[in-house]
Amino acid sequence: MKIISNKISILSTVVLLLMMCCIGDLDVTPIDTRITTSANVYTTTESYKAGLAKLYAAFALTGQQGPAGAGDVGGVDEGFSCFIRSLWNLNELTTDEAVWSYPNDANGTIFNLHYNNWVPSDGIPTALFARIMNVAALANEFIRATASRTNDPDISKFHAEARFLRALAYYYGLDLFANMPFVTEADLPGAYFPPQKTRGELFDYVESELKAIKPEMGAPRFEYGRADQGACAMLLAKLYLNAQVYLGEGSAKYTEAIAELNEVIAGGYSLAPRYAHNFLADNHNSPEIIFAQLFDGQKSQAYDALNVIIYGNAGNGGWAGLRTTSAFVNKFPDLNEARAIFAKEDKGQTLEIDAVNNQGQGYGVFKFKNVTSTGAPGSHPSFQDTDYPMFRLADAYLMYAEAALRGGTGGNLATALSYVNAIRARPGDVADGKAPGAITSGQLTLDFILDERARELYWEGHRRPDLIRFGKFTGGDYLWPWKGGVKDGTSIEPKRAIFPIPAADIGSNPQLNQNTGY
Amino acid sequence: MIKLYLIRKLFFLVLLLCSLHGWAQTTITGTITAGDNDEALPGVSILEKGTNNGTVTNADGDYSISVNENATLVFSFVGYASQEIPVAGRRSIDLILHEDVTALSEIVVIGYGEIQKKDATGAVMNIGSRDFNKGVLTSPQDLIIGKFAGVSVTSNSGAPGSGATIRIRGGSSLTASNDPLIVIDGYPIGNTSAGGIANSLAALNPNDIETFTVLKDASATAIYGSRASNGVIIITTRKGAPGKMQLSYNGNASAGSPVKFLDVMNATEFKAVVDELAVTGVSGIDDPAKAKLGNANTDWQREIFRTAISHDHNLSASGSIMNLPYRLSYGYTDQQGILKTTSVQRNSLNLNLNPTLLDGDLKLNLSAKGSHTISNFGDAGAVGNAVSFDPTQPVMDGDSRYGGYFSWLSKGITNGNSNPVAMLEQTDNQGTSKRIIANLQADYRIPFFKDLRVNLNMGFDQERSEGYNFAPLDAGFIHNNGTLVGRNNTYSAIHRSELLDLYFNYNKQFGSHKVDATAGYGWQHFHREGENTDSNEVTTTINQFKNENFLVSFFGRLNYTLNDKYLLTATLRQDGSSRFSKANRWGLFPSVALAWRIKDEGFLNDVSILSDLKLRAGYGITGQQDIPNAYYPYLAVYRASNELAQYQLGNSFYTTLRPEPYDANIRWEETTTYNLGVDFGFFNDNLTGSVELFQKNTADLLNNIAIANGVNFSNFLTTNVGSMENRGIEVTLNVMPVVRDNFTWNVGVNFTTITSEITKLNLTDDPTYLGVFVGGIGVDAFIQNHQVGYPAFSFFPYQQVYNDEGKPIEGLYVDRSGLGGSVVGNSLNKYHHKRPAPDYLLGFNSRLNYKKFDFSFSSRLSIGNYVYNNVESGRAFYNAVYSQLHFRNIPNNVTDTEFVNQQQYSDYYVHNASFFKMDNLSAGYSFDEFSEKVKARLSFTVQNAFVITKYKGIDPEVNGGIDNNIYPRPRTLLLGLNVTF
Repeated sequence: MKIISNKISILSTVVLLLMMCCIGDLDVTPIDTRITTSANVYTTTESYKAGLAKLYAAFALTGQQGPAGAGDVGGVDEGFSCFIRSLWNLNELTTDEAVWSYPNDANGTIFNLHYNNWVPSDGIPTALFARIMNVAALANEFIRATASRTNDPDISKFHAEARFLRALAYYYGLDLFANMPFVTEADLPGAYFPPQKTRGELFDYVESELKAIKPEMGAPRFEYGRADQGACAMLLAKLYLNAQVYLGEGSAKYTEAIAELNEVIAGGYSLAPRYAHNFLADNHNSPEIIFAQLFDGQKSQAYDALNVIIYGNAGNGGWAGLRTTSAFVNKFPDLNEARAIFAKEDKGQTLEIDAVNNQGQGYGVFKFKNVTSTGAPGSHPSFQDTDYPMFRLADAYLMYAEAALRGGTGGNLATALSYVNAIRARPGDVADGKAPGAITSGQLTLDFILDERARELYWEGHRRPDLIRFGKFTGGDYLWPWKGGVKDGTSIEPKRAIFPIPAADIGSNPQLNQNTGY
Repeated sequence: MIKLYLIRKLFFLVLLLCSLHGWAQTTITGTITAGDNDEALPGVSILEKGTNNGTVTNADGDYSISVNENATLVFSFVGYASQEIPVAGRRSIDLILHEDVTALSEIVVIGYGEIQKKDATGAVMNIGSRDFNKGVLTSPQDLIIGKFAGVSVTSNSGAPGSGATIRIRGGSSLTASNDPLIVIDGYPIGNTSAGGIANSLAALNPNDIETFTVLKDASATAIYGSRASNGVIIITTRKGAPGKMQLSYNGNASAGSPVKFLDVMNATEFKAVVDELAVTGVSGIDDPAKAKLGNANTDWQREIFRTAISHDHNLSASGSIMNLPYRLSYGYTDQQGILKTTSVQRNSLNLNLNPTLLDGDLKLNLSAKGSHTISNFGDAGAVGNAVSFDPTQPVMDGDSRYGGYFSWLSKGITNGNSNPVAMLEQTDNQGTSKRIIANLQADYRIPFFKDLRVNLNMGFDQERSEGYNFAPLDAGFIHNNGTLVGRNNTYSAIHRSELLDLYFNYNKQFGSHKVDATAGYGWQHFHREGENTDSNEVTTTINQFKNENFLVSFFGRLNYTLNDKYLLTATLRQDGSSRFSKANRWGLFPSVALAWRIKDEGFLNDVSILSDLKLRAGYGITGQQDIPNAYYPYLAVYRASNELAQYQLGNSFYTTLRPEPYDANIRWEETTTYNLGVDFGFFNDNLTGSVELFQKNTADLLNNIAIANGVNFSNFLTTNVGSMENRGIEVTLNVMPVVRDNFTWNVGVNFTTITSEITKLNLTDDPTYLGVFVGGIGVDAFIQNHQVGYPAFSFFPYQQVYNDEGKPIEGLYVDRSGLGGSVVGNSLNKYHHKRPAPDYLLGFNSRLNYKKFDFSFSSRLSIGNYVYNNVESGRAFYNAVYSQLHFRNIPNNVTDTEFVNQQQYSDYYVHNASFFKMDNLSAGYSFDEFSEKVKARLSFTVQNAFVITKYKGIDPEVNGGIDNNIYPRPRTLLLGLNVTF
C-alpha cells in the first residue's frame, strides 16, 4: 500500500505541477510585432511622434492598413469613414457644387444629401459624427500620454497639436451637428454615456483651447504637414467669421476674425504663381497652403476625399462618381479662366442634369490631379500624391475681405481689395492669359465675395458653411438644380442648416437630445 | 518546451505504473456473423460486462478474449442490436447479430468517454459510414447533409473541396462563432483555417471516417463547456481489427456538370434592347456608344463552365501484427471543378494503431492523419462577370496587349467588367495545404483499483499553407485606372494547436446503483501566424499576423443509474480562456439531466407493441469565447500601421500608432439550454424515433456593437451586450418496413423547426434604435438587419407597391413610418421581412438491400427559407445595359419589372426559396462470385440529382440568404468500385 500511495502522490504532484504551469499560460501578451501594450508603447520622442502621426492620419486615412483594412471607424464602408471625405460630402454634395452618381451608396441614403432631405439614420452624417468623436477619443489618449512630458520641447508641441486636432474635430462638429457629445482627456476609455454640449458651449471650448495652445505651437510652416500657429489662427478666424451662425444674431466677431487673419497673413505664406499648382501631385511645394492633409501614392493610401475626387470624376473614363451643377459652372463669366477646370461636352458631359444618377450629365471637375506641375505622373496610378488643402492663403484673403465688408475693425477695404485682386492676378495665370483680372472697389460686395469664394475654393469643402453664412443655403433665396429634390431647385426648411444627431448615436447614448425639427 | 517535457515525463510515469500485472482468466473464442446476409462481421466489440476488458472481431468475424469464468459478454457493433451472453463455463461462443435500425444498444462516443445509447440522458445522435451520403470526395461535411434533425449543413458553394456551414439548432451567437466544435478522434480542432484550402475539414479523407456523432443539448455538450454553445460534432476514423491483413480498394470516377444557367440575353436580343434604349435617350446610349458593341454572339456562361472529370482512389490495409491492430490508408483524389481551371488534388494518409497491453489494462490509441492538398481556386469572380458580360464581344480578339483576349481597355474603358474567360485562363491561383493531426490516447486501468481508469490524451494539429495568385502583365482585368500592373500575390500561414487532456474515470456497480464518474483536466494552445504579400508592378504590400490563445479546463461528470431505469447525468466544467482578463477569465458551466426508461417499468412489460420508451429532461449552461480575430479584447494595446498607411510629417513618413478599442470587462457569453426528449420504439423496434423540444437562451452576447461615440477608441466595440432566444422541435423517425434475410428496407425521416428571436441588442434599450445592418449587397449597402423582436439576419427592405396588373411600380414603396416625404432613403420605412433560415426542415433518407442489390437516397425538404436575389437586383434594370461607358448584359426577366433604375432595397427581390432537393441517389451491386476471399461492390451515384423549387435563381440553397453569383453546385454522376480481399 505504501508503494501505491507513493506512486499516487508522485502522480498527483506531477499532475498538479502541470496544471499550475498551464493556468499561467492564460496570461498572454500580444506576440504580433505590430501590437504593443499601452504600457510599452511610448518610449522615445520618435514613438510619441508616431502616436501624433495617427492623429493627423485620422483626418486623411481610414485605418491601419492602406488603402483599406483595420479601419478606425465601423458601421460604414471604410472609404466613407474618411474624415475629410465625409466632411467634403456634407459640405459639397448638399450644395450647388457637387453631385454623386450612385444612389445605393451609404445604404441608399447618399442622394438625401443632394435632395436636402436627410434623416437621422443617414449613413454619411453618421460616419462623420463617429469620426469626429473618434478623433476626440484618440487625441484624449495622446494628450494623457504626453501630459507629464511637456517639459520636452518636442513633446510639448505634440501635446499642443493633439489639442488643436481635437479642437478642429469639435469645430466641424459644432458647424455640422451643432450639439455634440463631449469628452476630454479627463474621461478614461470605457463604456459610459458622455454628456452633450450645446453649440455655444462648444464654441467657447474650441475658442479657449485654440487661444491657450497657440503660443505652444510651432511657428508657421515649421514642419510641413503639422498644425502650427498659422493653422491655429486660421481656425480661430473661421470660428469668429461664423460666430453669428453659431451663437445667434448680435454675436458678430468680425474684428476678432480680422485680428487672427492678420496673424495668418503675416505668417510668411504667399500665393502660388498658378492657381492649378495648389491641386497637383507636387502641391506640397505651394507656398500658399496653411494646413493640408498629406497623401503619398506609395505610402499613404486611402479611399479618401481626394482619391474619389481625382479617380471618381466624370469625364475621365473612370468610375464617374462626381459631377457639378450648372448653377455653379455659371458662376464663371468666362470658362476659359484658369480656375474653371472642367470636363465639358468634349469629354461627353452635358451641362444640365436631368437625372442625378446619370454619369454623363453635369460637368466633371478637374482641378485636382495626380500629376505634378511639370506634367509628370504621380508615383502610383491609382493613389494620389496630391495633398488636400484644408486651409490656404487665398481663403484667408477672402475671409479678410468678407470680415472687413461686414464691418470688422483692424483691417480696411483697400487692403481687402488688394488681397482679392492678388488672387485674381496670379502671375503665372496672367502670363497664360487666363487670369480673371482685377475688380474695382465698387465690385467688392458681399455678393461678389460669396461667388468669388465659390470660384476660388470650389470642391475644397467650404461651400455649405459659406452659403449658410450668407443666408443662401436654407429657404428659397438661392436655388440650384436638385436643391430640395427638384430639378430646378426648391426651398428647403431652416432646420437643414444643421444635421440631425445620428439615429445610431441617439440609440447608443441616452444623454443625447435630437436637434430641433428632426 | 517545459510543457512538452512534463507531458513526456507524465507519460513515462503512467507506463511505469502499468508494470503491475492483472490475474489469470479463461479464454473464450468464437465467430460472429451478421443476421441479414450470414457474412462474418469484423470489428464487433466484445466487452466483459462491468469491466473495461474487451476485444474486437477480426476480418473473418473471429475473436478471442480471456475473461473471468462467470463473466457476461456484451457483443455490440454499430447498426446491430447488442447482445449480452453469460459465459456460463463455455469455452466457445458463436453468435448471430441482427441489424438494429434504432441502434439503441450501440456505444456512442461522447465528450471524454463513451456511453451506451440507452443510457444517454442528452440529445445525442450518431450515424455510421453505412448511412453516409455516397460519393463524397473532398468535403466531409457533405456526408451528413440531411441526416440529423436540428443539424443544417449548407455547402458554401460548388467549388471542389468547398467548405460548408454547419449549424446545430440554429446559431446562438451574433458576432462570436456559430460553428460547432469538431472533435476528431478525441482531438478538438480549431475552426479557423490557415488558408490555401477551401475547407479546413477537407484535410480529412471522407473514406477514413467511421462515425459522426452530434451532441446537441447542454447536458451532452457542457462537458466541452467553453466551446459547446453551438453543439459538438465528434468524428471517429476507422480503426484496425485483430486478424489477418485485409486490403481494401475503394475508387470512384465522376463527371459533374452545371445544373442550370441564368437566362440572360443573347447578342441579338441584347442589340435589340440597346437600340430601344438609344431611342428613349435617358440611357446615355448614342452612336459613339453603340460603336462599342461587338459582332460576336458569345454565351459567356457556357464559355466558363465545363464537365468536370474527377477520380478518387483509396487503399487501406487493416489487421493486426503481433496483437497490434492497425489500419493504414492512403487516398488520392483528383477532383475538377465545373468552373474552368479550378481543381483539387489531395493525397491523404491515415494511420490508426490501437494496441491493448498489460492484459487489457492499458489501451493505446495512436491516430495520425496527414494530408497534402493542392487547390486551384481560379477566379470565382468569373461567375458573376459571365452573367453580365456583353454578349456581342468575342472571347478573343487577338489584341496582344491583353494576351489576345477581348478587354474593354482596348476601347479606352477603364471601368469595364472583366472578361471572365481571361480571368480564368490568365489567373494562376494555387494553394497548398499540409495538415497533420496526431494524437495518442492512453487509457490505463489501475491494476490495484480496477474500477478506476486514467486516460491521457495528447496530440497536436498543424496546418501549413502556402499559395500564390499570379496574373501576367498582359492580364486586361488587372489594372490601375487603365495601367496594366499584373498580380503577384503570395501567402503562407501556419496554424497549430497542441492538446493535453487527462481524466480519471470511476465506474462501479453497487447492487442496483451504478456510478460512472469522470474528472479531468484539459489544456489546449492555439497558435496562428502568417504573411500575405500583395504585389504588382507598382506596389508591394506585406501584411503579417501572429497570435495565440489558450484554453485550460477542469471538468467532471457523474452518471448515476438506479435500477437501470432512472438515470442522472451531472457535469461541471470550469474553463479559463486567455481572451479574458484575470478577473473574468474563468467560467463555470454546469449541466444536469434526468432520464427515465419507462419501458423497463413493470406496468409496461405486457405492452408488447411498445419496445422502448424513455423520457429525458436536461438543463445546462455552455459558454462562448471564440470571437473571430480578437485574441486580446480586454487588453489596452496599440496597433502599428502597415507601410501603405504611414503618414508624412515634414520629410519623414511615420508608421502610426493607434490605441485599439478594448473592453477590460469582457467576459464569457453564456447559453442556457433546456431540453425535453422522448425516445420510443414500436413493433420490436421496427419503428423507432425521438422527439426533442428545446430552448436556448444566450445572454451577454459577445457582440460587435455601436457604443456611445467618444468613450472608446472606435465607435464599435466587441463587448457583452444583448441576448437571443432559439426554440425548436425536432422529430426523428426510423422505420424498417421490411426486415427479411434477403431483403431489408429502412426509411428515416427527420424534422426540425426553429424559431429565433433577438431579445436585447444594445446598452440603452432605445425603442427607436434601428438595429445592426448586416448582409452587404454593395458599397455600404445592406439588406439584412439584427433587431430586437426579430430573428437574426432578417431581411430589411422597403415594401414594394404593385400596380393593378401585379407589376412592381418602380421606386414606389409603402410609407411605413408615416413620416411622409421621400420614402426611399429613410430606413424607418424599411421593415423586417422574412429570414434566410427555413421554418421547417425535413430530411428523408432510405436504404434498401435486396439480395446483392442495394439502393439508397438522401433528400431534403426546406420550407419557408427566403433568399434575396442579388443576381437580379444587381442586374435586371435597363440602366445597367450601359453604364460607366460600356455595355453589360442583363437577365431576360427584366421584363418582369421593367425597372429602369436599380431598386435594390425592394422586397420584390426577397423570394420564398422553399425547395425539395434530392441530394444523393445511389445504387450498388455486390459480387462475391470470383473467390471466397474477394468481395466487390459496384455502385452508381448521382449527387445533387434534382431540385424542385419556385425560386428563379440558379440554386435556392443559399448560405446566408443573399444569392450573389456563388460558384454553382454541380450535378455529379459517379461510378464507384469497392474491392476487399
